[in-house]
Amino acid sequence: MSAVVSLTTLLDARQVWRGRAPEVPVGDQPTGWRALDAVLPAGGWPESSLSEILLPADGVGELCLVLPTLARLTQAQRPVVIVAPPYAPCVAGWRQHGVDMRWVEIVDAAEKDVLWATEQCLRSGSCAAVLAWPHHADDRALRRLQVAAVSGQALAFVFRDRSHLSNASPAALRLELEAPPRPQIWVRKCRGGAVPAQAISLPRVVH
Amino acid sequence: MLWACIYLPHLALDGILRRRPTAGPLVLVDGPVNARTIVSANDAARGAGLHVGQRLSAAQALLAQFDALPYDRASVGRWHRFLAAVAYRYSAEVSLLPQAIVLEVSKSMSLFGPWPRLESMVRADFTDLGFRHRMAAAPTAHAAHILTTVSDGQAVLSRDTLRHALQRVPIAKSRLPANAIAALPSMGIRTLGQVMALPRDGLRRRFGAELLAALDRLTGDLPPGLALYRPPDRFDLRIELLHEVENQSALIFPVRRMIDDLAAYLAGRDGGVQRFVLRLEHREGRFTDVPVGLLTPERDGALLFEFTRGRLDHVTLPEPVLALRLIARDLPAFVPAGRDLFDERPAHALPIEQLRERLRARLGDGAVYRLGSTPDPRPERAQRAATQDDGPIEPHPRPTWLLRRPIPLRGGNPIILAGPERVETGWWDGGEVCRDYYVIETSLGQEAWAFCAPDEQTGWMIHGWFA
Repeated sequence: MSAVVSLTTLLDARQVWRGRAPEVPVGDQPTGWRALDAVLPAGGWPESSLSEILLPADGVGELCLVLPTLARLTQAQRPVVIVAPPYAPCVAGWRQHGVDMRWVEIVDAAEKDVLWATEQCLRSGSCAAVLAWPHHADDRALRRLQVAAVSGQALAFVFRDRSHLSNASPAALRLELEAPPRPQIWVRKCRGGAVPAQAISLPRVVH
Repeated sequence: MLWACIYLPHLALDGILRRRPTAGPLVLVDGPVNARTIVSANDAARGAGLHVGQRLSAAQALLAQFDALPYDRASVGRWHRFLAAVAYRYSAEVSLLPQAIVLEVSKSMSLFGPWPRLESMVRADFTDLGFRHRMAAAPTAHAAHILTTVSDGQAVLSRDTLRHALQRVPIAKSRLPANAIAALPSMGIRTLGQVMALPRDGLRRRFGAELLAALDRLTGDLPPGLALYRPPDRFDLRIELLHEVENQSALIFPVRRMIDDLAAYLAGRDGGVQRFVLRLEHREGRFTDVPVGLLTPERDGALLFEFTRGRLDHVTLPEPVLALRLIARDLPAFVPAGRDLFDERPAHALPIEQLRERLRARLGDGAVYRLGSTPDPRPERAQRAATQDDGPIEPHPRPTWLLRRPIPLRGGNPIILAGPERVETGWWDGGEVCRDYYVIETSLGQEAWAFCAPDEQTGWMIHGWFA
């Protein structure tokens, strides 16, 4: 083995894996929360991907997290679909956050149809964002949603109970919300970047 | 003028075969009960020696096992008119001739292209629908009709060549008045060319003016004198199933056929359908209706079938189904959805309207909606399903989740963050409310929108969450 191969030819031939993660393109889907945008690798929501939001209970600020995004999308006249929400969205409250309700479609689905409806919406390619509250979503179901979000180029948000945190998830981004009295967000997984060590505090809207 | 003729030699048989793909011998019989004769036979039956005009008893002596169905004049007429509606797509001047459809295509060719291309489009349509046919084109409608009975695919594009093309047509196929067809061959006159060479004066004396008029219509010296076909404003298609069906999945194939027919009809009419009913007919006149309602007119066969199938899946059949009927009365104009030339969405994207239809088909008609605000200040009635949303933005704090019915607050005393806002209204319609609304923080730290009786601050009822 006397042949000497220069390092650059080896690298150019792409036979050596260099252990560097692919660059995450900086997307243009800001969350509307400056502190959160600053720590996320894409500078906002991962584009055309699934984001999972884990909650201790309903009504702990999960909508505040996504409403700026929904306001931005609906004002650009792009449809947003809400699948099987736990409560009725309050029109007056959403409008106070700047959401144009003419572009918000609400889908009432029985428990067994939630995942199907969500996947249909994501795959259609005509929705800018799809929010879903599935009850029983396993790893395979979430992977389907992730694939559907990629093929339909839509933002997918799945709201689940915090107990699912220990299970692996194919979502590109996992956020965990902590309930008041210390409302804050933990980034539990973000594709293309290191997970920040600290929680981000979520300032509540002053009434 | 250029007329195309679509000759349908097996109209009655094809109408049955297309919903009954059978390989075995099948014949259609007609005539009085004691003297039934075969009027149409499929390939398998002809191969076994049965032929048109044969007595049914003779056929039964030849072949032990075959299906004999009665020739149904009404259904033949329905298929004939249905196919005219399909052909209406290609021309505004469509007429019905015996076993044939003629359409004037000289103007259509500037839209659809020259005759060979137009011919192949029409042929593809008819083949897809399952009707065997022969086609010809000629400068007059009657000449085109005769040419189809002689050969398939003949195109005579100018009047100069028409006379020549008609020369060799035998009298038996010339569709002249019956007395002429009976008498001319015995006079040694066997082709149309020979008839046209005879002195007109003598022909009129012998056969009357009718024969001359028929000849003139053939050559175009007289206008064709045909009644134009107008497609009806409603679609009504009924097919009888060959046996009683108790399982929904056995209905899928005939329903698919019917929906395809509806789509072909809509394409011919350049319209869409917004509402139709699929009627499942049971014994003794009982029936089950499966209504299909769409948000916007559609005409694509695959989409309509998908929506219909979604609704059919929810139906439980109370009794066996004998026949299916598709009735569409609401046939509005159809405007295809426009797409931007520089649209960045994926190429296979489904428009939002069709997505909503797909969801509605499976989840129910009321499952997909938008919310809009109303001028009513009562929170229960401040919003409803609507497509429009306008009006001023509420100045007082409003939650993001609204509970469908208020729930009592449990746990310790809440901290009041904002309020009160008094809502006192509704005395005129019986739904009177008098409440003080507050934004509170519960002992668990959640922010809620709650109300209590005026000036009391106890007995809290939570009506929404600031999520």
